[in-house]
Amino acid sequence: MKPAPALAQGFPDLSGMRIAREPHWFRWISAALIVVVLAAIARAFANGQIEWSYVSRFLTAKVILEGIVNTMVMAVLAMMLGIFLGIVVAIMRLSPNPVLKSVAAGYIWLFRGTPLILQLLLWFNLALVFPTIGIPGLWSARAVDVMTPFLAALLGLGINQGAYTSEVMRAGMLSVDIGQYEAAQAIGMGRLRALRRIVLPQAMRVVIPPLGNEFISMVKATSLASVIQYPELLHNAENIYYANSRVIELLIVAGLWYLLVVSILTPLQMLLERRFARGTLRLAR
Amino acid sequence: MTKPLVAIRSVAKNFGEFQALKNVSLDVWPGEVMCLIGASGSGKTTLLRCVNQLATIDAGGIWLDGELLGVREQGGKLHRLSEREIGRQRLKTGMVFQRFNLFPHKTALENITEGPTQVQGRKLDEVRAEAIELLRRVGLATKADSYPAQLSGGQQQRVAIARALAMKPMLMLFDEPTSALDPELVGEVLAVIKELARSGMTMMVVTHELGFAREVADRVVYMDQGAIVEQGRASDVLGAPREERTKAFLSAVI
Repeated sequence: MKPAPALAQGFPDLSGMRIAREPHWFRWISAALIVVVLAAIARAFANGQIEWSYVSRFLTAKVILEGIVNTMVMAVLAMMLGIFLGIVVAIMRLSPNPVLKSVAAGYIWLFRGTPLILQLLLWFNLALVFPTIGIPGLWSARAVDVMTPFLAALLGLGINQGAYTSEVMRAGMLSVDIGQYEAAQAIGMGRLRALRRIVLPQAMRVVIPPLGNEFISMVKATSLASVIQYPELLHNAENIYYANSRVIELLIVAGLWYLLVVSILTPLQMLLERRFARGTLRLAR
Repeated sequence: MTKPLVAIRSVAKNFGEFQALKNVSLDVWPGEVMCLIGASGSGKTTLLRCVNQLATIDAGGIWLDGELLGVREQGGKLHRLSEREIGRQRLKTGMVFQRFNLFPHKTALENITEGPTQVQGRKLDEVRAEAIELLRRVGLATKADSYPAQLSGGQQQRVAIARALAMKPMLMLFDEPTSALDPELVGEVLAVIKELARSGMTMMVVTHELGFAREVADRVVYMDQGAIVEQGRASDVLGAPREERTKAFLSAVI
């Protein structure tokens, strides 16, 4: 057996040497500048025309708490309606049937193409178009009684959300490999069962981050329902400042609540993502 | 007189301008193991997908177990079958894909029980017992609760074979079952397919493994440019090909 050849000379031994820490002067200077700017802003607000005692007094006022409950109820219900519509419309868009396809495309075009606040006002004022609504011969009612602020907000927010969610869902379904459809078909599944059992669960993993984003937008979009008298957080805050003129204080109260809710939602989204990541390598063990 | 399990008559299939299959006719007899060989683009995979109706044929007809696939003859015209009826016909065939196509969000066991419980409406308890037996048969009894991502390619393909067998098909279709595998994993998958062949299962296998074809196939079919060029006993087609094109292909491969 031949001995291993000797290593060439001229390459010094580096073992035992550490990589030196750099001083990073620029980071220190920029951090100090930012602290100064932030302190100036904080000082300005502290000395500004804000009565902080009003903020703390109204932060847990009954009307405000009712407002945040109504905001969350509306956000959850409208999001559920939006997700339901989104799935249905996404399946329609991906269907081979040209009628279903165009209906879905038309829905997205209409509700994504007009401002949400306009849609809310239209739903709320539906009674101007149809004084009575119902099924001829079976049931009818005055539209003013049916189209409450709650229902108008739910329809306006949910149907608008459906148009956006359908695109998110469609992207999720397209992200699933075509081989998954084929494997599902090969064991005798029809299109809808393959979608429900095989494709959608895999699409969920992809759509949850954008859906979480959409839900956070939804929580804040409910504030638009204040224009149609739905008693959500901003609407109730406004009602208070109409009475006591503490506009900024109550806007800060509402803002703090929105921030709190959104801060809680972010970790919830992570839990949900974990739930749907079943079988992926990163979390398999 | 026995009838062929699969009868393919004058089948044509086009993808736009490209003629994937040109006037192909072929019988597969009960218990026969048929290997389809040929260069990529020769139409062998397309033929297999037509038998499983993952691709629809443009002309001709395919009969499986005496039943015309995909269409019904009525008043001198052919009418396409509903999705439900096509699904029912598919249950007679089991398909194994080149890229396994296991459901990644389900365990090995759930992959196998999905079809029998969801499509055939059978009880999970009895299906699970069968699925565990199938996993044992493909040598993966200990992997029932593993997700596909935790299995090697060879193990995934063996689960895929078990998944297809769980539907109790009368015909098994293999679409290049070892082409996506690392070389050292090919043997374990071929061993499972060989065992299946010995058990009397009727099979159509698209493969590049000529050694496997020589060992297992009752008949080897060589295809080129969407047509069958030569077919016969494995020893004849692979050992002493008559057609020039077959000779050229074999000398290029070996």
